[in-house]
Amino acid sequence: MVALVLISILVVVFWGSLESMGRYGLKFLITSNWNPVDDEYGAFTAIYGTLVTSLLALVIAVPLGVGTAIFITENIIPEKIRNVIGLMVELLAAIPSVVLGLWAIFILEPFIKPFLMFLYDDFGWIPFFSTEPLGPGIAPAILILVVMILPIITAISRDSLNQVPMKLRQAAYGVGTTRWGAILNVILPAAISGIVGGVMLALGRAMGETMAVTMIIGNSNVFSWSLLAPGNTISAMLANQFGEADVGQLSSLMYAAFVLMVLTLLVNVFAQWLVKRLSLKY
Amino acid sequence: MIYSSVPKSPERIPDLSYKHWCTRNIGSRILSVLAGFFAFLCILPLIAVLVYILIKGFSSINLDLFTQLPPPPGGVGGGIGNAMLGSIIVTTIASLIAIPIGVGAGIYLAEFSTGRGFSQFIRFGTNVLAGVPSIIAGVFIYGVIVSTRILFGHTFSAIAGGAALSVLMLPTVVKTTDEGLKLVSNDLRRAALGVGASRFVTVSQITLPKAFTPIATGVVLSIARAAGETAPLIFTALFSPFWPNGIFDPIATLSVLIYNFSTQPYDVQNQLAWAASFVLVVFILVLNLLARWLGRFASK
Repeated sequence: MVALVLISILVVVFWGSLESMGRYGLKFLITSNWNPVDDEYGAFTAIYGTLVTSLLALVIAVPLGVGTAIFITENIIPEKIRNVIGLMVELLAAIPSVVLGLWAIFILEPFIKPFLMFLYDDFGWIPFFSTEPLGPGIAPAILILVVMILPIITAISRDSLNQVPMKLRQAAYGVGTTRWGAILNVILPAAISGIVGGVMLALGRAMGETMAVTMIIGNSNVFSWSLLAPGNTISAMLANQFGEADVGQLSSLMYAAFVLMVLTLLVNVFAQWLVKRLSLKY
Repeated sequence: MIYSSVPKSPERIPDLSYKHWCTRNIGSRILSVLAGFFAFLCILPLIAVLVYILIKGFSSINLDLFTQLPPPPGGVGGGIGNAMLGSIIVTTIASLIAIPIGVGAGIYLAEFSTGRGFSQFIRFGTNVLAGVPSIIAGVFIYGVIVSTRILFGHTFSAIAGGAALSVLMLPTVVKTTDEGLKLVSNDLRRAALGVGASRFVTVSQITLPKAFTPIATGVVLSIARAAGETAPLIFTALFSPFWPNGIFDPIATLSVLIYNFSTQPYDVQNQLAWAASFVLVVFILVLNLLARWLGRFASK
């Protein structure tokens, strides 16, 4: 039944996108005009948005998440406080994305606006900061994605750090290393398979994340390199336009959904393979 | 021999005390502080989100909120009663679909399969399905149920929404059932089979009751996740400003209400979105703590 659902998802999305695929082919992936009036579609803006938001969110979230995981598995502070932090991170994962999106619109975005203005004023010559921040945009979307994938990375890293045998730690301390010498040279390498797997899962989640991103990214189909400009992601585009799309547009949206599906499937399968490949045997 | 009586000769016995200002000890301390700072940054959003929801949402909690319909754009007052009822209905439909199928698949994987070939593929598929973006589940249900009008000619409906949510719940339920059953010791199974019980009786009378808590934990967690999902509902259950009108019609849910109202330029609607967030977050946190309590209950 599960397999049936998975396969039928693939078939349905593929079937729906056939028409658009036949019409645009691979050009769909690299052109950036999205024009329902003329029935012209190209999803490059959304694909760029999806990739850039999820990758940058990952770059910010990985050090934070792994650092937190180390902080709550090693004995730096008393166990009670560590458990409380762990519980809080897990609860953060439980907050629905639509609520985080609401928070991002009304609190986060006004809060970081001065900083984004500063980036625009002083570093405007870099193409990534070349437009004036007008409110919703890619940058706040990245930040809210960081908030959403942090708990995943932290929880999975913590589990794999906890599974590192005590003997390894004791041996490392026994030969006289410092705490961070042990962490960086012994414990992290032993847990790396689980951590990398968690990071890949988080990447898949970030690519597919819809609501919070839709609410804050601005949903513009005009392509821009700038991170401060409004942009779009595949999932945001689906959420916005799917309900009231006509036939041609629907097929193009299905095509975009198919692209997203293939991307996340690849990431997930790769994650599972990587975990199997990298796991150390003791 | 006490320590002070150990003969001290500076040339032979090295100084074994902790050197506070040694470079690598300083480096270690800096990294510890950095990790602590990261942990602080990690829980900062949770605190910020909860505080704002408490401030903005709690102030608008009153009886009207639970009993009234949302006001038209520009209107005043009103509540979110229909969305609360709708959320409960849609989540119930999703649970009714996902829990039997999921638990069944989990039982098959843990008890009846050989662990090779087909069942390996199912396990792999479950993991992959868990990673499918929630909006794709919506697209899928749209393609199967909404656009084909397969349900007696109805398009957007509560059933379609529930079906989309059940696609998201399935992997969690399958995985926790599978793992919960694997934890049951094999001795119990052999003992049951040994006294002449059939396989069905063994599973239903011995192993399932034994694995009840982990399965219940997984089910509660998956319900909590489904209740907060929005993306699959936007174009399956749609939204309606009226009281639910049977399960074959569009239905309002809390999460879609938050999405719709947060992007409207009216203060009343924004306020209702905050109130709905408050209700939703409290509900989900309670479910999560319940699941945690169930888990602890099991380990005792």
